[in-house]
Amino acid sequence: MTSLSAKIQDVFDEPACDNNRGKDAKARKEGCSKPLTPGAAAGGCAFDGAKIVLQPITDVAHLVHAPIACEGNSWDNRGAASSGPTLWRTSFTTDLTELDVVMGQGERKLFKAIREIKETYAPAAVFVYSTCVTALIGDDIDAVCKRAAEKFGLAVVPINAPGLAGSKNLGNKLAAEALLDHVIGTVEPDDAGPYDINILGEFNLSGEFWLVKPLLERIGIRVRACIPGDARYIDIASAHRARATMMVCSSALINLARKMEERWDIPFFEGSFYGITDTSEALRNLAELLVRKGADAEILDRTDTLIAEQEAIAWKKLEAYRRRLQGKRVLLNTGGVKSWSVVHALMEIGMEIVGTSVKKSTVEDKERIKRILKDENHMFEQMAARDLYAMLSKHKADIMLSGGRTQFIALKAKTPWLDINQERQHPYAGYDGMVELVRQIDLAIHNPIWGQVREPAPWDCQPAGEDDLASTKNGTATVNAFNEFVGATAHRLGER
Amino acid sequence: MVRILRNTKSAAVNPLKSSQPLGAAFAFLGVDGAMPLFHGSQGCTSFALVLFVRHFKEAIPLQTTAMDEVATILGGADHLEEAILNLKIRTKPKLIGVCTTALVEARGEDCASDIANVKLKHAEELAGTEVVLANTPDFDGAIEEGWAKAVAAMIEGITRSGARTRQPKKIAILPGCNLTVADVEHLRDMVESFGLKPIILPDVSGSLDGTVPDRWVTTTYGGTSVEEIRELGTAAQCIVIGEHMRHPAKMLHGLTGVPYVVLQSLTGLKAVDRFVSVLSAVSGAAVPARVRRRRAQLEDALLDGHFHFGGKKIAIAAEPDQLYQLATFFAGMGSKIAAAVTTTDMSKILEKVPAEWVQIGDLGDLEALAAGADLLVTHSHGRQASQRLGIPLMRVGFPIFDRLGSQHKLTILYEGTRDLIFEVANIFQANQHAPTPEALDPFRKREMPDELRSSPLTRH
Repeated sequence: MTSLSAKIQDVFDEPACDNNRGKDAKARKEGCSKPLTPGAAAGGCAFDGAKIVLQPITDVAHLVHAPIACEGNSWDNRGAASSGPTLWRTSFTTDLTELDVVMGQGERKLFKAIREIKETYAPAAVFVYSTCVTALIGDDIDAVCKRAAEKFGLAVVPINAPGLAGSKNLGNKLAAEALLDHVIGTVEPDDAGPYDINILGEFNLSGEFWLVKPLLERIGIRVRACIPGDARYIDIASAHRARATMMVCSSALINLARKMEERWDIPFFEGSFYGITDTSEALRNLAELLVRKGADAEILDRTDTLIAEQEAIAWKKLEAYRRRLQGKRVLLNTGGVKSWSVVHALMEIGMEIVGTSVKKSTVEDKERIKRILKDENHMFEQMAARDLYAMLSKHKADIMLSGGRTQFIALKAKTPWLDINQERQHPYAGYDGMVELVRQIDLAIHNPIWGQVREPAPWDCQPAGEDDLASTKNGTATVNAFNEFVGATAHRLGER
Repeated sequence: MVRILRNTKSAAVNPLKSSQPLGAAFAFLGVDGAMPLFHGSQGCTSFALVLFVRHFKEAIPLQTTAMDEVATILGGADHLEEAILNLKIRTKPKLIGVCTTALVEARGEDCASDIANVKLKHAEELAGTEVVLANTPDFDGAIEEGWAKAVAAMIEGITRSGARTRQPKKIAILPGCNLTVADVEHLRDMVESFGLKPIILPDVSGSLDGTVPDRWVTTTYGGTSVEEIRELGTAAQCIVIGEHMRHPAKMLHGLTGVPYVVLQSLTGLKAVDRFVSVLSAVSGAAVPARVRRRRAQLEDALLDGHFHFGGKKIAIAAEPDQLYQLATFFAGMGSKIAAAVTTTDMSKILEKVPAEWVQIGDLGDLEALAAGADLLVTHSHGRQASQRLGIPLMRVGFPIFDRLGSQHKLTILYEGTRDLIFEVANIFQANQHAPTPEALDPFRKREMPDELRSSPLTRH
């Protein structure tokens, strides 16, 4: 695992990372993985992170070299969308048995598995994922992949990110390293042009990138590679010929963006397609970067025209929700949303932000939030489940926007909730996506079930006294009293 | 005699299996105030947790010892100790159910003595919390095995041993993992209707039935109590549902002398009759009128439903006991088991599956073997095969993540069998095509034997 250790050191020492730049040499060497507390940890492992980043590549066979848990418990669990191939949703694992582990048959089984996949599915490439157990027993997946690639004339890419190496975020970066080492730059495109860009960290969840791609095409930008959402292997293999890169989803793939700039001189910026102003800013940044790299400056005008037109439409659509949502209180509980223009848009239509998690935010982000919210008391690092439940059950927010992890805290507290993380069902990117988000907030808050579940059962809120009626000692009196009670109750509860 | 076809592939395609520790955690989740703990890397827990949440649509208590690279090299005992103590302080559980994973088992850790040391060293701090261990490496078994090991571990670790005064009305029931929340609720009602007092271990109907408690609880709320597990030895009789629960019942018998009877399935008229006879014999009570009425309803459902089942080709992929439960149900309705796929060759029940052969394998095998079948029967992951083959899918077992309410579906006893008949008949009715002249043309495909020709009324 020496080379893996070196890789981990390398990705932790990320010069393009704001956090990292703020550290001294010693702290930098220690890396940024925080030690987990046994019995009080949450979140996925490095393998999980690597697979999240790579699995949406649609024409690749993703082969997990592991006992059943790593793949058997997790396959086909994400909502990325494909415009064509479906192979990525077929699950492949070596499903190691006790005998395989004891007899050291892992490498042989892996090699044969690659052969079976190649013969049956003819994939564009096979990605082989190492895991805790196969790392522990010392299976050399690099060697197996190299041999298989030679033997079968097929790209076979080792992904060295076993779970025990660290967190999901580390896995994201190790996956990016694998793409840099084995995929990007291996195919020369014959159609490279001055308007080609890459998008990094866009997963095309619920197909939401398809809300953005036509906007890019309208101003004349071509997406050479969107990594990983709806990507094909060859897109990524030839991604090194793009002229500019936009990195979305915070810093998950920052090492990929920076190294592509170093190796192939592709400038990058960090942006977001969530929220109206951020979408516009992203389009403008892309156009400017392309012009800087030699594209015709005319694209800037086209971009401005499109932005003006689309923003006007979106704001007009959002205005329709103002009456219904004005004054509603939103609790944003997610580490993932870096896009403060979502907050901006919600406030623009009169919603109030009563709290926001800043767990994954940078110092710069926090300053920005402070400015927007005008009150830093509404920022919290992380709220314990119990506190969150207490806050919501006292109805201190009208809706919580978060990821699946805290879904049931909101629901059990009988509070409207909307998923804005990876399991979400609706596309929220671009101008139309922002309108969709507000529409979903409106639907969630105004659903008639809240009036039903928040009312106690009728027999739990009877005025005192009625309960005692049936306990009168005299038998006849009891019956009479009971009849009276039933009559009165029926009268009170019935339709009139 | 059923032929068992061993798996010969190196690449499993679209796994049928979930992992063994997940099965163990599932069983621990059926105990009140429980907190299952995976001894492995954080991903092991995260994946199982997400899958549970997708299936139950509930917050699921499940924690990890968070093994990292250093712990993997130096040993995980410290992580295990720290996790147990942290859980005790933060969540005050009545039971911590430790499930090992492939990572610590491949290292060869002696978790049993690690836990014994923790208990000894922290006896005072851990008072009021039972800690039990299920050895459940991922490279062995699947949900059934993990579930059974967890129940055995609870009996071994918690139940008071030695011959006890038996309470004539108290019945211990050890249900297999293929019973839904609704099944367990219904089972309890049935047993109680004979004047008996059932103790069901595990009891997912108390903990995973989807309610809204009035406070935030970090452990399970509801299920078998630890006290009930402790007093299991005073039961007059133990009833086991599913072959995979034989081992825990044997263990209970060995520890306390409680006699047990194994019923392999509670689905299908004859199987339920057997169970009802056992209850009647144990309680000395006559079969209640309500139960007789349900039986009559099932008779009627058999009569109304059998038209839709006769000659149908069914492809099933499920863990052994559920495979047996469903295959006998379909065969009992006149259908043919065209393909049977399961997870392990270790279960004795496979010999009784009414099919020519049982393939040990995955959903890739099911897809290959099911061509020409009328119905696919497996969990939600069968959806891709169903789409590609154009054959309807009946969702059973775990996980079911793309339909709501799977836990409230009844699959056992007279009522559950009746419901299954209706469900399947309705799937067939929803997928039937109108007759066409081409399909009925006597000169087309006359060389094809009748049983291979599909009926136009039921093809899709």
